[in-house]
Amino acid sequence: MHTFEFIRPADQTAAIAAAAQSKTAQQGADVRFLGGGTTLIDLMKLNVETPARVLDINRLPLDKIEAASDGGLKVGAMVRNSDLAYHATVQRDYSVLSQAILQGASAQIRNMATVGGNLLQRTRCVYFRDTAMACNKREPSSGCPAITGHNRTLAILGASEHCIATNPSDMGVALAALEATIHIQGTKGSRAIAFGDFHLLPGNTPHRETVLEPGDLITHVTLPAPIVGSKQIYVKLRDRASYEFALASAAVVLTIANGKVTRARVAMGGVGTKPWRLPEAEAALTGKPANDATFRQAAEAALRNAKPQSENKFKIELAKRCLTYTLRTATAS
Amino acid sequence: MANDDHLPGSEQPNRREFLWTAGTVAAGVFAAYSPANAATDAAAADAAMPAVEGAVPVTLRINGKDHSLRIDPRTTLLDCLRETVALTGTKKGCDHGQCGACTVHVNGRRVLSCLNFAVMHDGEEVTTIEGLGTPEAMHPMQEAFFTHDAYQCGYCTSGQIMSAVALLKEPCGAEDASVKELMSGNICRCGAYANIVAAIQQVRKRA
Repeated sequence: MHTFEFIRPADQTAAIAAAAQSKTAQQGADVRFLGGGTTLIDLMKLNVETPARVLDINRLPLDKIEAASDGGLKVGAMVRNSDLAYHATVQRDYSVLSQAILQGASAQIRNMATVGGNLLQRTRCVYFRDTAMACNKREPSSGCPAITGHNRTLAILGASEHCIATNPSDMGVALAALEATIHIQGTKGSRAIAFGDFHLLPGNTPHRETVLEPGDLITHVTLPAPIVGSKQIYVKLRDRASYEFALASAAVVLTIANGKVTRARVAMGGVGTKPWRLPEAEAALTGKPANDATFRQAAEAALRNAKPQSENKFKIELAKRCLTYTLRTATAS
Repeated sequence: MANDDHLPGSEQPNRREFLWTAGTVAAGVFAAYSPANAATDAAAADAAMPAVEGAVPVTLRINGKDHSLRIDPRTTLLDCLRETVALTGTKKGCDHGQCGACTVHVNGRRVLSCLNFAVMHDGEEVTTIEGLGTPEAMHPMQEAFFTHDAYQCGYCTSGQIMSAVALLKEPCGAEDASVKELMSGNICRCGAYANIVAAIQQVRKRA
Protein backbone atom coordinates (compact mmCIF):
# COMPACT_ATOMS: atom_id res chain seq x y z
CA MET A 1 0.00 0.00 0.00
CA HIS A 2 1.21 3.51 -0.78
CA THR A 3 1.91 5.82 2.12
CA PHE A 4 -0.67 8.46 2.99
CA GLU A 5 -1.30 11.15 5.54
CA PHE A 6 -4.03 10.19 8.01
CA ILE A 7 -6.14 13.18 9.04
CA ARG A 8 -9.14 13.35 11.33
CA PRO A 9 -10.92 16.64 10.48
CA ALA A 10 -12.37 18.38 13.54
CA ASP A 11 -15.69 19.07 11.89
CA GLN A 12 -17.62 18.99 8.63
CA THR A 13 -16.24 22.34 7.44
CA ALA A 14 -12.65 21.21 7.97
CA ALA A 15 -13.40 17.90 6.21
CA ILE A 16 -14.83 19.66 3.17
CA ALA A 17 -11.95 22.17 3.02
CA ALA A 18 -9.40 19.35 3.17
CA ALA A 19 -11.21 17.30 0.50
CA ALA A 20 -11.49 20.32 -1.77
CA GLN A 21 -7.68 20.13 -2.20
CA SER A 22 -8.15 16.99 -4.30
CA LYS A 23 -7.81 17.21 -8.07
CA THR A 24 -10.86 14.99 -8.49
CA ALA A 25 -13.55 13.30 -6.42
CA GLN A 26 -13.61 10.43 -8.91
CA GLN A 27 -11.26 7.51 -9.62
CA GLY A 28 -7.70 8.39 -8.66
CA ALA A 29 -8.63 11.05 -6.11
CA ASP A 30 -5.61 12.15 -4.11
CA VAL A 31 -7.78 12.94 -1.07
CA ARG A 32 -10.38 10.44 0.12
CA PHE A 33 -12.97 10.42 2.87
CA LEU A 34 -12.70 7.27 4.96
CA GLY A 35 -15.91 5.81 6.36
CA GLY A 36 -16.28 2.13 7.16
CA GLY A 37 -13.27 1.33 4.96
CA THR A 38 -14.84 -1.78 3.47
CA THR A 39 -14.35 -0.56 -0.10
CA LEU A 40 -11.58 2.03 0.19
CA ILE A 41 -9.10 0.04 2.29
CA ASP A 42 -9.66 -3.05 0.15
CA LEU A 43 -8.87 -1.03 -2.99
CA MET A 44 -5.89 0.70 -1.33
CA LYS A 45 -4.40 -2.73 -0.62
CA LEU A 46 -4.77 -3.51 -4.32
CA ASN A 47 -3.24 -0.13 -5.30
CA VAL A 48 -6.42 0.63 -7.22
CA GLU A 49 -6.90 3.60 -4.88
CA THR A 50 -3.74 5.53 -3.91
CA PRO A 51 -4.83 8.65 -2.00
CA ALA A 52 -2.08 10.87 -0.56
CA ARG A 53 -4.43 11.99 2.21
CA VAL A 54 -7.11 9.99 3.97
CA LEU A 55 -9.74 11.96 5.89
CA ASP A 56 -11.28 9.90 8.67
CA ILE A 57 -14.87 11.14 8.99
CA ASN A 58 -16.02 8.38 11.33
CA ARG A 59 -16.40 10.79 14.24
CA LEU A 60 -18.40 13.48 12.42
CA PRO A 61 -21.92 13.69 13.87
CA LEU A 62 -23.63 12.31 10.78
CA ASP A 63 -24.83 9.08 12.37
CA LYS A 64 -28.46 9.88 13.19
CA ILE A 65 -31.71 8.48 11.81
CA GLU A 66 -34.40 11.11 12.31
CA ALA A 67 -37.95 11.87 11.25
CA ALA A 68 -38.01 14.48 8.47
CA SER A 69 -40.42 17.43 8.53
CA ASP A 70 -42.28 16.15 5.44
CA GLY A 71 -43.12 12.83 7.13
CA GLY A 72 -40.14 11.06 5.58
CA LEU A 73 -36.90 9.88 7.10
CA LYS A 74 -33.48 11.54 7.28
CA VAL A 75 -30.57 9.11 7.40
CA GLY A 76 -27.08 10.42 8.22
CA ALA A 77 -24.29 9.47 5.83
CA MET A 78 -22.31 7.77 8.62
CA VAL A 79 -25.17 5.52 9.76
CA ARG A 80 -23.90 1.94 9.61
CA ASN A 81 -25.73 -0.44 7.31
CA SER A 82 -26.79 -2.71 10.20
CA ASP A 83 -28.20 0.20 12.23
CA LEU A 84 -30.27 1.31 9.25
CA ALA A 85 -31.49 -2.19 8.41
CA TYR A 86 -32.60 -2.92 11.98
CA HIS A 87 -34.13 0.51 12.66
CA ALA A 88 -37.78 0.07 13.67
CA THR A 89 -39.08 2.81 11.33
CA VAL A 90 -37.13 1.41 8.39
CA GLN A 91 -38.38 -2.12 9.05
CA ARG A 92 -41.97 -0.88 9.29
CA ASP A 93 -42.20 1.81 6.58
CA TYR A 94 -39.29 1.12 4.21
CA SER A 95 -38.90 -2.61 4.56
CA VAL A 96 -37.50 -3.02 1.03
CA LEU A 97 -34.47 -1.05 2.22
CA SER A 98 -34.02 -3.23 5.29
CA GLN A 99 -34.34 -6.39 3.19
CA ALA A 100 -31.85 -5.16 0.59
CA ILE A 101 -29.21 -4.21 3.16
CA LEU A 102 -29.55 -7.50 5.04
CA GLN A 103 -29.04 -9.45 1.81
CA GLY A 104 -25.79 -7.60 1.15
CA ALA A 105 -22.30 -8.46 2.42
CA SER A 106 -21.95 -10.04 5.88
CA ALA A 107 -22.92 -9.03 9.42
CA GLN A 108 -19.38 -7.78 10.09
CA ILE A 109 -19.27 -5.66 6.94
CA ARG A 110 -22.76 -4.27 7.60
CA ASN A 111 -21.55 -3.16 11.05
CA MET A 112 -18.76 -1.18 9.37
CA ALA A 113 -20.16 0.04 6.05
CA THR A 114 -21.87 3.42 5.98
CA VAL A 115 -24.79 4.78 3.96
CA GLY A 116 -22.58 7.38 2.28
CA GLY A 117 -19.93 4.78 1.51
CA ASN A 118 -22.45 2.38 0.04
CA LEU A 119 -23.51 5.07 -2.44
CA LEU A 120 -19.86 5.16 -3.57
CA GLN A 121 -19.31 1.39 -3.58
CA ARG A 122 -17.07 0.38 -6.48
CA THR A 123 -17.61 -2.31 -9.06
CA ARG A 124 -16.41 -5.88 -8.48
CA CYS A 125 -15.26 -6.19 -12.13
CA VAL A 126 -12.06 -8.24 -11.90
CA TYR A 127 -10.25 -6.04 -14.40
CA PHE A 128 -10.95 -2.90 -12.36
CA ARG A 129 -9.53 -4.58 -9.26
CA ASP A 130 -6.32 -5.80 -10.95
CA THR A 131 -3.73 -3.13 -11.75
CA ALA A 132 -1.93 -5.55 -14.09
CA MET A 133 -4.90 -5.31 -16.45
CA ALA A 134 -6.20 -2.48 -18.60
CA CYS A 135 -9.38 -0.78 -17.39
CA ASN A 136 -10.98 2.41 -18.70
CA LYS A 137 -12.57 3.08 -15.33
CA ARG A 138 -9.27 2.86 -13.45
CA GLU A 139 -6.96 4.14 -16.20
CA PRO A 140 -8.87 6.21 -18.82
CA SER A 141 -8.28 5.14 -22.45
CA SER A 142 -6.39 1.97 -21.46
CA GLY A 143 -9.12 -0.29 -22.82
CA CYS A 144 -11.75 -2.70 -21.53
CA PRO A 145 -10.65 -6.34 -21.55
CA ALA A 146 -13.93 -7.31 -19.88
CA ILE A 147 -15.83 -6.86 -23.13
CA THR A 148 -14.01 -9.82 -24.66
CA GLY A 149 -13.04 -11.44 -21.37
CA HIS A 150 -14.64 -12.55 -18.11
CA ASN A 151 -17.95 -10.73 -18.11
CA ARG A 152 -20.40 -13.28 -16.73
CA THR A 153 -21.32 -11.02 -13.79
CA LEU A 154 -21.17 -7.72 -15.64
CA ALA A 155 -23.82 -5.31 -16.90
CA ILE A 156 -26.52 -5.86 -19.52
CA LEU A 157 -28.09 -2.41 -19.01
CA GLY A 158 -26.36 0.95 -19.31
CA ALA A 159 -23.01 -0.33 -20.57
CA SER A 160 -20.93 1.42 -23.19
CA GLU A 161 -18.17 0.31 -25.54
CA HIS A 162 -15.76 1.65 -22.90
CA CYS A 163 -17.10 -0.02 -19.76
CA ILE A 164 -19.52 -2.78 -18.81
CA ALA A 165 -18.90 -2.79 -15.04
CA THR A 166 -21.86 -3.57 -12.78
CA ASN A 167 -22.76 -1.45 -9.78
CA PRO A 168 -22.70 -3.97 -6.90
CA SER A 169 -24.92 -2.20 -4.34
CA ASP A 170 -28.05 -3.77 -2.89
CA MET A 171 -28.91 -0.75 -0.73
CA GLY A 172 -28.83 1.50 -3.79
CA VAL A 173 -31.43 -0.60 -5.58
CA ALA A 174 -33.88 -0.14 -2.70
CA LEU A 175 -33.07 3.60 -2.51
CA ALA A 176 -33.83 3.89 -6.25
CA ALA A 177 -37.25 2.23 -5.78
CA LEU A 178 -37.95 4.40 -2.72
CA GLU A 179 -37.03 7.57 -4.68
CA ALA A 180 -34.47 8.71 -2.13
CA THR A 181 -32.68 12.06 -2.28
CA ILE A 182 -28.96 12.46 -1.64
CA HIS A 183 -27.82 15.56 0.24
CA ILE A 184 -24.37 16.96 -0.39
CA GLN A 185 -22.41 19.71 1.32
CA GLY A 186 -19.60 21.26 -0.71
CA THR A 187 -17.41 24.31 -0.83
CA LYS A 188 -20.22 26.28 -2.52
CA GLY A 189 -22.97 25.21 -0.12
CA SER A 190 -25.42 22.35 -0.01
CA ARG A 191 -27.48 20.69 -2.69
CA ALA A 192 -29.97 17.84 -3.00
CA ILE A 193 -29.75 15.30 -5.83
CA ALA A 194 -32.48 12.85 -6.81
CA PHE A 195 -31.15 9.31 -6.40
CA GLY A 196 -31.47 8.59 -10.12
CA ASP A 197 -29.28 11.58 -10.98
CA PHE A 198 -26.44 10.79 -8.57
CA HIS A 199 -24.69 7.96 -10.46
CA LEU A 200 -23.46 8.54 -14.00
CA LEU A 201 -23.59 6.14 -16.93
CA PRO A 202 -20.11 5.08 -18.10
CA GLY A 203 -20.40 6.50 -21.63
CA ASN A 204 -16.91 7.49 -22.68
CA THR A 205 -15.94 8.63 -19.15
CA PRO A 206 -16.29 5.46 -17.03
CA HIS A 207 -13.84 6.88 -14.48
CA ARG A 208 -16.55 9.39 -13.55
CA GLU A 209 -19.11 7.44 -11.52
CA THR A 210 -21.04 10.16 -9.66
CA VAL A 211 -21.78 13.88 -9.78
CA LEU A 212 -19.42 14.52 -6.84
CA GLU A 213 -16.80 17.28 -7.14
CA PRO A 214 -13.74 17.81 -4.93
CA GLY A 215 -14.86 18.83 -1.43
CA ASP A 216 -18.34 17.36 -1.80
CA LEU A 217 -19.39 15.47 1.31
CA ILE A 218 -22.53 13.36 1.35
CA THR A 219 -24.16 14.41 4.63
CA HIS A 220 -27.42 12.44 4.55
CA VAL A 221 -30.03 10.66 2.50
CA THR A 222 -33.73 11.41 2.78
CA LEU A 223 -36.62 9.08 2.06
CA PRO A 224 -40.03 10.52 1.12
CA ALA A 225 -43.00 9.90 3.42
CA PRO A 226 -43.89 6.20 3.38
CA ILE A 227 -46.47 4.96 0.87
CA VAL A 228 -49.23 3.71 3.15
CA GLY A 229 -50.30 0.16 2.34
CA SER A 230 -47.50 -0.45 -0.15
CA LYS A 231 -46.06 -3.93 -0.56
CA GLN A 232 -42.28 -3.91 -0.53
CA ILE A 233 -40.03 -6.78 -1.47
CA TYR A 234 -36.34 -7.17 -2.36
CA VAL A 235 -35.30 -10.41 -4.07
CA LYS A 236 -31.65 -11.20 -4.80
CA LEU A 237 -30.42 -14.02 -7.02
CA ARG A 238 -26.78 -15.03 -6.73
CA ASP A 239 -24.30 -17.87 -7.13
CA ARG A 240 -24.48 -18.81 -3.44
CA ALA A 241 -27.21 -18.32 -0.86
CA SER A 242 -25.48 -15.62 1.17
CA TYR A 243 -22.46 -13.27 1.22
CA GLU A 244 -22.37 -12.88 -2.56
CA PHE A 245 -23.06 -10.13 -5.04
CA ALA A 246 -26.25 -10.22 -7.12
CA LEU A 247 -26.48 -11.72 -10.58
CA ALA A 248 -29.89 -10.09 -10.63
CA SER A 249 -31.96 -8.47 -7.90
CA ALA A 250 -35.21 -6.54 -7.80
CA ALA A 251 -36.73 -4.01 -5.43
CA VAL A 252 -40.43 -3.29 -5.80
CA VAL A 253 -42.74 -0.91 -3.98
CA LEU A 254 -46.24 -1.80 -5.13
CA THR A 255 -49.68 -0.46 -4.26
CA ILE A 256 -52.64 -2.60 -5.26
CA ALA A 257 -56.35 -1.71 -5.02
CA ASN A 258 -59.25 -3.84 -6.22
CA GLY A 259 -56.89 -6.27 -7.89
CA LYS A 260 -55.14 -3.57 -9.92
CA VAL A 261 -51.73 -2.00 -9.54
CA THR A 262 -52.28 1.67 -8.69
CA ARG A 263 -48.64 2.62 -8.10
CA ALA A 264 -45.38 0.84 -8.90
CA ARG A 265 -41.76 1.65 -8.25
CA VAL A 266 -39.27 -0.86 -9.61
CA ALA A 267 -35.49 -1.04 -9.63
CA MET A 268 -33.00 -3.80 -10.34
CA GLY A 269 -29.47 -4.61 -9.21
CA GLY A 270 -26.70 -6.80 -10.61
CA VAL A 271 -27.71 -5.99 -14.17
CA GLY A 272 -26.92 -2.30 -14.60
CA THR A 273 -23.94 0.02 -14.56
CA LYS A 274 -25.77 1.87 -11.77
CA PRO A 275 -28.69 0.95 -9.50
CA TRP A 276 -31.26 0.58 -12.24
CA ARG A 277 -34.67 2.24 -11.93
CA LEU A 278 -37.19 0.88 -14.44
CA PRO A 279 -39.83 3.42 -15.50
CA GLU A 280 -40.71 1.13 -18.43
CA ALA A 281 -41.74 -1.62 -16.03
CA GLU A 282 -43.57 0.85 -13.79
CA ALA A 283 -45.62 2.09 -16.78
CA ALA A 284 -46.40 -1.50 -17.81
CA LEU A 285 -47.73 -2.23 -14.32
CA THR A 286 -49.71 0.89 -13.45
CA GLY A 287 -53.46 0.51 -13.94
CA LYS A 288 -53.13 -3.16 -14.93
CA PRO A 289 -54.47 -6.25 -13.12
CA ALA A 290 -51.99 -7.55 -10.56
CA ASN A 291 -51.42 -10.93 -12.21
CA ASP A 292 -48.66 -12.98 -13.82
CA ALA A 293 -49.46 -11.81 -17.35
CA THR A 294 -48.98 -8.17 -16.30
CA PHE A 295 -45.81 -9.00 -14.37
CA ARG A 296 -44.28 -10.83 -17.34
CA GLN A 297 -45.11 -7.88 -19.60
CA ALA A 298 -43.44 -5.56 -17.12
CA ALA A 299 -40.36 -7.79 -17.07
CA GLU A 300 -40.24 -7.84 -20.89
CA ALA A 301 -40.45 -4.03 -20.90
CA ALA A 302 -37.74 -3.81 -18.23
CA LEU A 303 -35.22 -5.85 -20.22
CA ARG A 304 -36.19 -4.66 -23.72
CA ASN A 305 -32.99 -2.64 -24.09
CA ALA A 306 -30.73 -5.22 -22.46
CA LYS A 307 -27.52 -6.01 -24.36
CA PRO A 308 -25.74 -9.20 -23.35
CA GLN A 309 -21.97 -9.64 -23.25
CA SER A 310 -20.23 -12.83 -24.40
CA GLU A 311 -20.76 -14.69 -21.11
CA ASN A 312 -23.90 -13.21 -19.59
CA LYS A 313 -26.78 -13.71 -22.00
CA PHE A 314 -28.42 -15.82 -19.27
CA LYS A 315 -28.85 -12.69 -17.20
CA ILE A 316 -31.60 -11.35 -19.46
CA GLU A 317 -33.94 -14.27 -18.79
CA LEU A 318 -32.75 -14.47 -15.17
CA ALA A 319 -33.57 -10.80 -14.63
CA LYS A 320 -37.02 -11.22 -16.22
CA ARG A 321 -37.82 -14.15 -13.96
CA CYS A 322 -36.39 -12.32 -10.98
CA LEU A 323 -38.67 -9.34 -11.55
CA THR A 324 -41.74 -11.48 -12.29
CA TYR A 325 -41.14 -13.51 -9.13
CA THR A 326 -40.60 -10.37 -7.04
CA LEU A 327 -43.83 -8.78 -8.28
CA ARG A 328 -45.76 -12.00 -7.66
CA THR A 329 -44.30 -12.35 -4.16
CA ALA A 330 -45.09 -8.72 -3.34
CA THR A 331 -48.68 -9.13 -4.51
CA ALA A 332 -49.15 -12.26 -2.40
CA SER A 333 -47.60 -10.66 0.70
CA MET B 1 -26.77 -35.10 18.00
CA ALA B 2 -26.00 -37.15 21.14
CA ASN B 3 -22.57 -38.07 19.74
CA ASP B 4 -21.63 -34.42 19.56
CA ASP B 5 -22.33 -33.87 23.23
CA HIS B 6 -19.38 -35.87 24.53
CA LEU B 7 -17.27 -34.10 27.10
CA PRO B 8 -13.60 -33.30 26.65
CA GLY B 9 -11.46 -36.08 28.03
CA SER B 10 -14.23 -38.66 27.93
CA GLU B 11 -12.38 -40.61 25.23
CA GLN B 12 -8.80 -41.75 24.70
CA PRO B 13 -6.47 -38.86 23.83
CA ASN B 14 -6.75 -38.18 20.12
CA ARG B 15 -5.32 -35.75 17.61
CA ARG B 16 -7.93 -33.15 18.46
CA GLU B 17 -7.10 -33.17 22.15
CA PHE B 18 -3.39 -33.12 21.40
CA LEU B 19 -3.91 -29.99 19.30
CA TRP B 20 -6.01 -28.46 22.05
CA THR B 21 -3.21 -29.06 24.53
CA ALA B 22 -0.65 -27.74 22.08
CA GLY B 23 -2.79 -24.62 21.66
CA THR B 24 -2.75 -24.12 25.41
CA VAL B 25 1.03 -24.26 25.41
CA ALA B 26 1.19 -21.81 22.52
CA ALA B 27 -1.05 -19.42 24.44
CA GLY B 28 1.46 -19.57 27.28
CA VAL B 29 4.13 -18.18 24.98
CA PHE B 30 2.24 -14.93 24.91
CA ALA B 31 1.45 -14.94 28.61
CA ALA B 32 2.78 -11.38 28.90
CA TYR B 33 -0.25 -10.28 26.89
CA SER B 34 -2.88 -12.43 28.52
CA PRO B 35 -5.78 -10.72 30.31
CA ALA B 36 -4.38 -11.82 33.66
CA ASN B 37 -1.38 -9.47 33.41
CA ALA B 38 -1.11 -5.92 34.65
CA ALA B 39 -1.42 -2.96 32.29
CA THR B 40 2.11 -1.88 33.12
CA ASP B 41 3.54 -4.93 31.38
CA ALA B 42 1.73 -4.03 28.16
CA ALA B 43 2.82 -0.39 28.39
CA ALA B 44 6.44 -1.38 28.96
CA ALA B 45 6.38 -3.72 25.97
CA ASP B 46 4.78 -1.04 23.76
CA ALA B 47 7.34 1.63 24.74
CA ALA B 48 10.20 -0.67 23.77
CA MET B 49 9.04 -0.75 20.14
CA PRO B 50 11.47 0.57 17.51
CA ALA B 51 10.62 3.90 15.90
CA VAL B 52 8.85 3.72 12.55
CA GLU B 53 9.16 6.51 10.01
CA GLY B 54 5.88 8.42 9.63
CA ALA B 55 4.40 6.64 12.63
CA VAL B 56 1.43 8.16 14.42
CA PRO B 57 0.35 7.69 18.03
CA VAL B 58 -2.68 5.59 18.78
CA THR B 59 -4.12 4.23 21.99
CA LEU B 60 -6.21 1.10 21.76
CA ARG B 61 -7.98 -0.51 24.69
CA ILE B 62 -7.47 -4.16 23.85
CA ASN B 63 -9.13 -6.78 26.02
CA GLY B 64 -9.49 -4.26 28.83
CA LYS B 65 -5.92 -2.91 28.75
CA ASP B 66 -4.70 0.33 27.19
CA HIS B 67 -1.93 0.03 24.62
CA SER B 68 -0.26 3.30 23.62
CA LEU B 69 1.44 2.61 20.31
CA ARG B 70 3.21 4.42 17.49
CA ILE B 71 2.32 2.82 14.17
CA ASP B 72 2.45 3.45 10.45
CA PRO B 73 -1.06 4.73 9.52
CA ARG B 74 -1.25 1.97 6.89
CA THR B 75 -1.30 -0.67 9.62
CA THR B 76 -4.60 -2.48 9.62
CA LEU B 77 -6.18 -3.28 12.96
CA LEU B 78 -5.44 -6.93 12.12
CA ASP B 79 -1.71 -6.37 11.56
CA CYS B 80 -1.54 -4.12 14.61
CA LEU B 81 -3.04 -6.83 16.81
CA ARG B 82 -0.85 -9.59 15.39
CA GLU B 83 2.44 -7.87 14.68
CA THR B 84 2.55 -4.89 17.04
CA VAL B 85 0.70 -6.17 20.08
CA ALA B 86 1.57 -9.85 19.40
CA LEU B 87 -1.98 -11.09 19.92
CA THR B 88 -1.90 -13.77 17.24
CA GLY B 89 -5.23 -15.39 18.05
CA THR B 90 -6.84 -13.17 15.41
CA LYS B 91 -6.06 -14.77 12.04
CA LYS B 92 -5.24 -13.33 8.63
CA GLY B 93 -7.10 -15.26 5.94
CA CYS B 94 -7.85 -13.39 2.73
CA ASP B 95 -6.91 -9.90 4.05
CA HIS B 96 -9.67 -8.47 1.79
CA GLY B 97 -12.87 -8.82 3.77
CA GLN B 98 -13.98 -12.03 2.10
CA CYS B 99 -13.39 -14.74 4.73
CA GLY B 100 -14.10 -13.46 8.27
CA ALA B 101 -11.04 -15.07 9.90
CA CYS B 102 -9.96 -11.66 11.26
CA THR B 103 -13.27 -10.90 13.02
CA VAL B 104 -12.88 -8.96 16.30
CA HIS B 105 -15.20 -6.75 18.33
CA VAL B 106 -14.81 -2.97 18.33
CA ASN B 107 -16.93 -1.25 20.97
CA GLY B 108 -18.84 -4.51 21.31
CA ARG B 109 -19.69 -4.99 17.63
CA ARG B 110 -18.13 -7.52 15.32
CA VAL B 111 -16.03 -6.08 12.49
CA LEU B 112 -13.36 -7.25 10.07
CA SER B 113 -10.01 -6.13 11.42
CA CYS B 114 -8.39 -6.43 7.96
CA LEU B 115 -10.52 -3.62 6.48
CA ASN B 116 -9.80 -1.09 9.23
CA PHE B 117 -6.76 1.01 9.94
CA ALA B 118 -5.79 0.74 13.60
CA VAL B 119 -5.56 4.55 13.84
CA MET B 120 -9.29 4.77 13.11
CA HIS B 121 -9.90 3.16 16.50
CA ASP B 122 -7.89 5.52 18.70
CA GLY B 123 -9.44 5.38 22.17
CA GLU B 124 -11.80 2.56 21.27
CA GLU B 125 -12.38 -0.81 22.87
CA VAL B 126 -11.16 -3.86 20.96
CA THR B 127 -11.90 -7.42 22.02
CA THR B 128 -10.05 -10.36 20.50
CA ILE B 129 -10.32 -14.09 21.10
CA GLU B 130 -7.66 -13.71 23.81
CA GLY B 131 -10.05 -11.43 25.71
CA LEU B 132 -12.96 -13.83 25.59
CA GLY B 133 -11.74 -16.58 27.88
CA THR B 134 -8.74 -18.64 28.87
CA PRO B 135 -8.09 -22.36 28.37
CA GLU B 136 -8.96 -22.79 32.06
CA ALA B 137 -12.04 -20.57 32.00
CA MET B 138 -13.48 -20.68 28.53
CA HIS B 139 -16.29 -18.47 27.30
CA PRO B 140 -19.46 -20.59 26.88
CA MET B 141 -19.10 -20.22 23.09
CA GLN B 142 -15.51 -21.50 23.17
CA GLU B 143 -16.66 -24.41 25.30
CA ALA B 144 -19.53 -25.16 22.90
CA PHE B 145 -17.20 -25.12 19.88
CA PHE B 146 -14.97 -27.61 21.70
CA THR B 147 -17.86 -29.81 22.80
CA HIS B 148 -19.40 -29.87 19.32
CA ASP B 149 -16.10 -30.38 17.49
CA ALA B 150 -16.92 -27.22 15.54
CA TYR B 151 -13.60 -27.00 13.69
CA GLN B 152 -11.06 -29.09 11.90
CA CYS B 153 -7.88 -27.18 11.15
CA GLY B 154 -8.91 -24.37 13.51
CA TYR B 155 -7.67 -21.47 11.40
CA CYS B 156 -11.09 -19.83 11.02
CA THR B 157 -12.16 -20.72 14.56
CA SER B 158 -11.27 -17.53 16.43
CA GLY B 159 -13.14 -15.50 13.81
CA GLN B 160 -16.08 -17.91 13.95
CA ILE B 161 -16.24 -17.64 17.74
CA MET B 162 -15.95 -13.84 17.76
CA SER B 163 -18.78 -13.68 15.20
CA ALA B 164 -20.86 -16.18 17.15
CA VAL B 165 -20.48 -14.28 20.43
CA ALA B 166 -21.54 -11.03 18.73
CA LEU B 167 -24.49 -12.81 17.13
CA LEU B 168 -25.91 -13.55 20.60
CA LYS B 169 -26.72 -9.82 20.94
CA GLU B 170 -27.98 -9.29 17.37
CA PRO B 171 -31.50 -9.72 15.99
CA CYS B 172 -31.47 -13.37 14.89
CA GLY B 173 -34.36 -15.79 14.36
CA ALA B 174 -34.50 -18.97 16.43
CA GLU B 175 -34.01 -21.40 13.54
CA ASP B 176 -30.74 -22.75 12.13
CA ALA B 177 -31.30 -20.90 8.84
CA SER B 178 -31.09 -17.53 10.62
CA VAL B 179 -27.84 -18.52 12.29
CA LYS B 180 -26.39 -19.69 8.97
CA GLU B 181 -27.36 -16.40 7.33
CA LEU B 182 -25.77 -14.28 10.08
CA MET B 183 -22.64 -16.48 10.10
CA SER B 184 -22.21 -16.40 6.30
CA GLY B 185 -19.36 -13.91 6.58
CA ASN B 186 -17.17 -16.54 8.23
CA ILE B 187 -15.88 -19.07 5.74
CA CYS B 188 -14.69 -22.48 6.98
CA ARG B 189 -12.37 -24.15 4.47
CA CYS B 190 -12.77 -27.51 6.26
CA GLY B 191 -16.56 -27.33 6.16
CA ALA B 192 -17.33 -27.62 9.87
CA TYR B 193 -20.48 -25.58 9.35
CA ALA B 194 -22.97 -28.13 10.72
CA ASN B 195 -21.14 -28.38 14.04
CA ILE B 196 -20.59 -24.61 14.20
CA VAL B 197 -24.34 -24.03 13.92
CA ALA B 198 -24.99 -26.72 16.56
CA ALA B 199 -22.50 -25.08 18.94
CA ILE B 200 -24.06 -21.65 18.52
CA GLN B 201 -27.58 -22.99 18.94
CA GLN B 202 -26.60 -24.75 22.16
CA VAL B 203 -25.29 -21.51 23.65
CA ARG B 204 -28.38 -19.58 22.49
CA LYS B 205 -30.73 -22.15 24.03
CA ARG B 206 -28.90 -22.03 27.34
CA ALA B 207 -28.77 -18.23 27.43
